[in-house]
Amino acid sequence: MSQLRLDGITVRYEGQPAPAVAHTDLTVSTGEFVVLTGRSGCGKTTLLSVAAGLLAPTFGTVRLDGREAPEPGSDRAMVFQDDALFPWLTVAENVAFALRMRGASKSERRQRAVEMLRRVRLEDAADKHVWELSGGMRQRVGLARALAADPRFLLMDEPLGALDALTRERMQGLLLDIWSSSGTGVLMVTHGIEEALILATRVWVMAPGPGRIVRTFETDFGRRVVGGEPILSVKGDPAFQEMRVALAEAIYAGEPA
Amino acid sequence: MSGSVRSVPGAFPYGGSLQSAADTVAEGPDPLAVPWSRPAASSRGWSAGRVSVVTVAALLLAWWLAAALALVSPVFLPSPLAVAAKFVKVATDGYVDATLWHHLAASFGRVTFALLASALVGIPVGLAIGASPIGRGIFDPLLEFLRPIPPLAYLPLVIIWFGIGEASKVLVIAIAMLAPIALSTAAGVRGVAQERINAARTLGASRRQVILHVILPSALPQVLTGLRIALGAGWTTLVAAELIAATEGLGFMIQSAAQFLVTDVVIMGIFVIAGIAFAFEFLLRWLELRYVPWAGRM
Repeated sequence: MSQLRLDGITVRYEGQPAPAVAHTDLTVSTGEFVVLTGRSGCGKTTLLSVAAGLLAPTFGTVRLDGREAPEPGSDRAMVFQDDALFPWLTVAENVAFALRMRGASKSERRQRAVEMLRRVRLEDAADKHVWELSGGMRQRVGLARALAADPRFLLMDEPLGALDALTRERMQGLLLDIWSSSGTGVLMVTHGIEEALILATRVWVMAPGPGRIVRTFETDFGRRVVGGEPILSVKGDPAFQEMRVALAEAIYAGEPA
Repeated sequence: MSGSVRSVPGAFPYGGSLQSAADTVAEGPDPLAVPWSRPAASSRGWSAGRVSVVTVAALLLAWWLAAALALVSPVFLPSPLAVAAKFVKVATDGYVDATLWHHLAASFGRVTFALLASALVGIPVGLAIGASPIGRGIFDPLLEFLRPIPPLAYLPLVIIWFGIGEASKVLVIAIAMLAPIALSTAAGVRGVAQERINAARTLGASRRQVILHVILPSALPQVLTGLRIALGAGWTTLVAAELIAATEGLGFMIQSAAQFLVTDVVIMGIFVIAGIAFAFEFLLRWLELRYVPWAGRM
């Protein structure tokens, strides 16, 4: 089991009076699905970038299994809201990007790409250009590309934020499916309250000014979906609705109406 | 979020114009349509392309009339037919010891060689300017210094330093091409979406791999645009370059003809240069469609 651990993270952007994130600790283990949520400007994405190694914190440390891990790498592959695919590569070449960086052979790359595309149910699109795909398909390619790197942790910055409601629901099922079968740890940023609850094993609520974690919710709704219960039935559970209200209150607590 | 507009499913804000560019090529090059004009639909059928055709036809007619009615002495304005006849004659018999094809090949070779040399220097310089503040600090003032100087101004210095050989001719053209290539590449590099770079880094790409596999391909559309602008500058500079002790070349041909008032050769040479520059422009447009088909779509 691997552990990604952020200790005492403070991030101060130049020219800003309040730090974007202050004295924040956060731990994700493989097998966990941790969701970061909160109002705009609360530092969710900043914290995610620190976890990925893309942003050096002003204070604090990032450790991967006890080892300080300042440089970004494929052990913490990232999925972005704007899919950030490479348009000069085909779908399969995009998916195999991490393997190409490692110097894997062409046949190995192809095989792995097709395998990953099958997991996101896009095997027919392997030789397409990425601009031929819909937003939902592009996001699945982005997911397959991160998975192909065989990461211990999958970091996702509002991966479903730009999708329409229907595609979004389908993608939630797919994310749960992939998370449970791959055994990676997930750290995901989202604005969606239902989305946070249906996916997460733990939800961290952040508040702005300065950005910090203010509450934690432990949930098992995602595990129930993985266990075979239909998403709609889980979302209809009174316990789900109750936690939904509590989470919304936690997110908007202290905000002037 | 700066990228949110681009990620709306199925919405390619520039897809329409790219499509029409593709159509223009697919229908076969219209020899009279200027390549940068977009065929825009108009309610009265007066598209820009059609207006261009009419304008060119009207100018040709006016030229022909002026010559036919002898409004201007043929020494100064030979008729279009005389120019066309001269084209055939110079193509077969030659002018000043070389056929038109020799002149053309010499000029073509100089411009092509200058383009290669200039791209070889300009693209890495542009990369350095766009990717690092140190690179920008070093090269930006040099390019800004070089950019506005007319080629005729540095021509004497090039001759003093490098003599009157072929190298000087190529160098003069290459200097004129350098700034557009480097500045356009730099703009392309600066415009690379940070998310693409971040994605590559979390997929295990080293800094070198990020430059090679993300930044360069991302900047390719602007690099090609830079090459296109540079070619324009190159043909503009050709005549100046061929002032240096040339014995063949289109610029040289025009100058020697001008000295003996052989106006039809001068006019014919101008048309040939325009024609070649035009062909280059189409070649690069084709390269863009072929190799950066994603430009404007993502």
